This record gives sequence, structure tokens and C-alpha cells, in this order.
Amino acid sequence: MTETIDKTALLQFLLRMGDNTLILGHRVSEWCGHSPVLEEDIALANTALDLIGQTQLWLDYAAEVQGEGRTADDLAFLRDAWDFRNVLLVELPNGDFGQTLMRQFLYDAWASIMLGRLQKSADERVREIAEKAAKENAYHVERSADTVVGLGDGTEESHARMQAALDYLYPYVGELFESDATDAAMAEAGIAPDPASLRAEYDAFVGRVMAEATLTIPEKAYVHRGGRSGTMHTEHLGHLLCTMQWLQRAYPGCQW
Amino acid sequence: MTRPSVDQVWEWLGAIPDPEIPAISLTDLGIIRDVDWQDDTLVVTVTPTYSGCPATSLINMEIETALRGHGIENLELKRQLSPAWTTDWMTEEGRAKLEEYGIAPPQPAGGPERCPRCGGANLEKLSQFGSTPCKAQWRCRDCLEPFEYFKCI
Repeated sequence: MTETIDKTALLQFLLRMGDNTLILGHRVSEWCGHSPVLEEDIALANTALDLIGQTQLWLDYAAEVQGEGRTADDLAFLRDAWDFRNVLLVELPNGDFGQTLMRQFLYDAWASIMLGRLQKSADERVREIAEKAAKENAYHVERSADTVVGLGDGTEESHARMQAALDYLYPYVGELFESDATDAAMAEAGIAPDPASLRAEYDAFVGRVMAEATLTIPEKAYVHRGGRSGTMHTEHLGHLLCTMQWLQRAYPGCQW
Repeated sequence: MTRPSVDQVWEWLGAIPDPEIPAISLTDLGIIRDVDWQDDTLVVTVTPTYSGCPATSLINMEIETALRGHGIENLELKRQLSPAWTTDWMTEEGRAKLEEYGIAPPQPAGGPERCPRCGGANLEKLSQFGSTPCKAQWRCRDCLEPFEYFKCI
């Protein structure tokens, strides 16, 4: 059935999935060696590793669908900021440890619902990747939710920092649920759900965790958008790519 | 050369240690999903433990080196994602070897059954993540030693 669906839309969808995990994975890996305690350092490095592994699966498939002889590595290291299709949320700077974990939870909660739906995808390959990624995500979301609760319902200082993180990040959540022509084509073909259809479940889940964390979800939040459509990324993505792509830019085709 | 039997190949694979946890073999780990001759080509199907596990490419290299060493010329390694690897596929022998090595084997309850050092059951979780993607960190309250637990997936 893959032949009959819109290849451009499928490629866009796969880039969105793979770029989310790639950019978030890279961001989280920036903590390696800098976390407040050893256990957290290890947990963050493991999370980053899983996300980069999932990226390999999504971008492998994206490169195949694209059919121009490129590899997942080419897509990761040789595209410019305007070609990336990740949501803005995942490219935002780490901030403090609390902000990193808040961003992780806001993403993990979405991923846990999305990957559940994708396991019923009409596309066999998407189904397989989702099945693998969902198992890893289950550990991520358990930890990020627990940490948000621990720090939110913690000391006065940790509570204030977590509330500030939520206030800063929440306006970036809405983009996860935006629908466009690509999403309509994916939903029509039964490959991926309409993102808007995940919102109620997400709000219920995030609402439960924030209540337990004694944190207040901002009421009327402006929605920052432009990442998944590629129309406008934040200034932070270019800086991230500078670091991530440096080696391949400076020494094209370098291998070890 | 004569084509070695599939059983023979399984035996060879059973002698390859896991690169991260050399106490157990690749077959103990349950990641070899199939061994089959397709005409003159030996096809070995492998499933990754965690999608980002750095040991995955090393494992493929070790399989290739070992089988080439046994005289296999036409070899194809296939990656299979589904059904996703589960710790349920670990062999009984593998579980026993893990415990003997000091790593508590995975349990359906989601946590270790006993301390791999003293056998105590008074345990606490330190972190759901450990030195490799497949392990968590626990501590025994009886002997006070920290230990690794091979977590369920």
C-alpha cells in the first residue's frame, strides 16, 4: 500500500518523527558529565541514547522513502535548519535540570500516546518502529513524570523553578497537536493519527501529573509554531546544528 | 565445503559472548531470532535489545567474525524489529549466569527477586537506568551493596 500513498507526505511525517527524536536526543546528550548527581547523568545519557537509536530507525526509513540514495546520517548531518521538521519544544535550550526534565516530560507524554496509536498504523514499518520505541519510552515517561512530581512538590526553590519551566515551555506544547495537509494525508491513509486527536488524552495525563506536582498549567497560552512545518525555527536550532554537524561540515564524509 | 547444519550454526552462535555482559552468550540473551540457509547463503536474523544500544553493531561484527572463522562464506545478517525484543526471551541458563555474574535477572514483577550477592530480599531501587541501556541500579538493604538489575522490556 505504501506505493499508493503520497510519498511526499510520508517523507514529511517520517522527518517530523525522526527530527523530534534527533534534536531532543542531542539536547539531552548535552547533559552528559554535567548532571547534578551520577544517577541522573546516567539516566539522561541513556534517554539520549534511546532517542538517537529511534532516530536511526525513523530517518533510515525517511531516506528510503526519499529514494535519492541518502542515508540517515546524511539527513542528520547535512541538512540545514530550514529543512528540519522537529517541533520547537525539543530544540529549546536545556536551562536548568528542572527545565530539561519538564521539557522531557511534556515530550514523553506526547510520545507515549503517539507511539501507542502508531502501533496500529497501516504501514508495517511505522508499526514496527513504534513497537520498539514505545518500550523505551515507557521507561522515559515514568522517570520524567516522577521527577516532575518530585521537584514540583519538593522544596520552595525546586517548586518555583519547575513552575517557571512549565510557564516557559507550555506555549510550545500546542504545536504537537497542530494538523496540516501532511497530517490529513497520513490520517486518510491510516498511517498516523490526526495530531489533534491526541490532545484530550494528553491534557488528561499532563493534568494529572501537574496536579500531583502541585504545579499550575498556564491558562491562556500563546502557541509558538513553525518547527514541524519548517516555516520558522527558533534561533536555538542553528546553534545546536553548529555543534552537532561540525565534524561532517569541517571534514565532509569523515568516518571512523 | 559442506554446508554446516542450522543446529551447528546455533551452537557456534551460543559460544559468542555478549560484548557488554560477557558472562552470557548471544543466544542466552535471546536476540538471535532465526538461522536459515537460503540457497547458498546463511541468513542470521538478529533483533536489537535497545534501539540505540552501541553494542548492536559490535554484536553484528562478532557474529560475522565468528561465522567466517567457521568457514561460512556467504552470510547475510538481517535486522528484525518486530516482534520487539523482550527479556522474556532470555534463556533460563542465561538468567542463572547473569545472577552468578552479579546482575539480578529480569523478573515479571518489574524488580529483582533477591540480591545477587547475599540473596537478601530487602531491596530498594536507586535508578531505573544504569551503566548500559538494559540495566537499572538497585541496592540491597541487608548487605548494603549496590547491584545491577537487568530490567524488563
